[in-house]
Amino acid sequence: MTTSAAPALLTTADLTMRFGGVVAVDQVNFTLTSGELRCLIGPNGAGKSTFFKCLTGQLKPTAGTIQFNDQELSGQTTHAIVRKGIGIKTQVPNLFDGLPARENIALSARQNHSQQQSEEITDEMLELISIAGLAHREVGNLAHGERQLVELAMVLAGKPQLVLLDEPAAGMTAEERGRLAAVLRDLAGRTSLIVVEHDMQFIREIATEITVFHRGRVFLEGDVAEIMAHSEVQEIYLGKEANGAA
Amino acid sequence: MLSNISKDWLGVGFVTAIGLAVLIFVPMLFDLFEVLQMTKYVVLSLFALSLAYIWGFGGILSFGQAGFFGLGGYTFAVSAINMGQTTIPFLMAIAMCALFAAALGYFMFYGRLNDVYLGVVTLVVTLILWKLINHTAGPEFIIGKARLGGFNGVPSIPIMTLPWQPDMEMEPSQMFQYFMAILIIVYLLLHFLIKSKFGRVAISIRENEIRTSLLGYDVRLYKLWIFTIGGAIGGAAGAMWATYQTFIDPNAFSLEVSAKCLIWVMAGGVGTLFGPIVGVIALEYLSLKLGETSFLNNLIILGTILMFLVLLLPKGLFPTFRDLVIKLWQRARGGTSGERPS
Repeated sequence: MTTSAAPALLTTADLTMRFGGVVAVDQVNFTLTSGELRCLIGPNGAGKSTFFKCLTGQLKPTAGTIQFNDQELSGQTTHAIVRKGIGIKTQVPNLFDGLPARENIALSARQNHSQQQSEEITDEMLELISIAGLAHREVGNLAHGERQLVELAMVLAGKPQLVLLDEPAAGMTAEERGRLAAVLRDLAGRTSLIVVEHDMQFIREIATEITVFHRGRVFLEGDVAEIMAHSEVQEIYLGKEANGAA
Repeated sequence: MLSNISKDWLGVGFVTAIGLAVLIFVPMLFDLFEVLQMTKYVVLSLFALSLAYIWGFGGILSFGQAGFFGLGGYTFAVSAINMGQTTIPFLMAIAMCALFAAALGYFMFYGRLNDVYLGVVTLVVTLILWKLINHTAGPEFIIGKARLGGFNGVPSIPIMTLPWQPDMEMEPSQMFQYFMAILIIVYLLLHFLIKSKFGRVAISIRENEIRTSLLGYDVRLYKLWIFTIGGAIGGAAGAMWATYQTFIDPNAFSLEVSAKCLIWVMAGGVGTLFGPIVGVIALEYLSLKLGETSFLNNLIILGTILMFLVLLLPKGLFPTFRDLVIKLWQRARGGTSGERPS
């Protein structure tokens, strides 16, 4: 939040993404501070996924800037963005299906660490996400929710400064969702996180700060209680027009 | 107990030893016709390796590998006729195909074409080259002393000489040994490449392109290199084909050649280097033998056999045989670990 005293880690200025005549992201100004956990919410078509794709390099913004640690990210490729210290978890888990969970995580840790360090980090991640029981199982045989957890462990094993998560709780059981929420709450403060999510119950469990997207713009920012109590946000989610929405 | 890595290298050593034995003993033990026939298998094996590498270890399924085969053949033919030697033309054929693959690959991979479109583009580019070269029959299509000849092809291509010795034409047995040595070297180089960090990233791209990119690797650049290496090997095979036949025509670019290359790799075993060589030898030998019979069209018999191969041995001939041997070996020793040479 811009009100925080912590330094800004990621900022976007007038970020815009147009598809022909459709403006999916419209001059979005957004700031994330170090160690903050921010949830991006909004109804379908609000622009949050497009905004996320601009941050991850999957889309090249039509206009505006994205600054991460005073480096410009706008227009850079996904791999270049990852190399700057951003971990990305996609909506559909992307794993090496033929390998056990442990090797998937170790591969990610190995990117920036020695063999021994990567083994230690792998153990740490298996413990942190509570998936030690899956360590030797081929990820191609895991359930969707378990795959989501393995992918999260993979992302965190790279020790990124900022983690971007696209609907991380999708397809999870209540138990897995609870485990994920606990992990994210635990990470907040040490790592910066942006979570795009639909599941309002899950958001209640993890979020302190929320950014609401509507019609491609930032409609509202605030803490979870404030956002949940906001009548216009409720109307947006119920499909009614928000009074005064841009 | 040997580690998996040692076992892997043992497998490669075994294949190399077989290759060296073939190189040394085939000219001594077989007559001229058989040596010539085996030279053809060696050239086609190298061609199959070009696709085996990019498809099996980089996940790039090219439907137009014949494009590099033909381009390599024509580059060699034109430059060898003009220069009166074969060493530099052979290198030129490799360089030309590498450059062509790099240029084509740049547009495909940096244009973010997915697998299906990549297959279509490679196929269409090859067919364009085939069409183009077919229309060069007129006397105006001449490069130095070499007439392209259109559908009639380019005759009188110089026979391969000893490297840097333009006056010393190779005998058929020497050509067999020379080509066999090239095949062994390319096999070993590819094996080293697959085991290097570059190779591991390439396999990771094959397994999951998005995840590889999310690990911070420039997938486009890696795929470009893989495709370029495959193109260069395909070009070398094309040049060898041209000098082996002393003739090349537009059929080198044909759909049939591309399809055959896919079939060899598929039948031999995708994801291995030795499998496609087995595929070439088995299927070409079968074609040869079927060609000697007259009771049924050999293409029908070959097609039926291929159908059964795909249905019954989906992993391919070599991986199936290898797994069977490992299983029997383990059963005999009561062990569980396996060896997987590529």
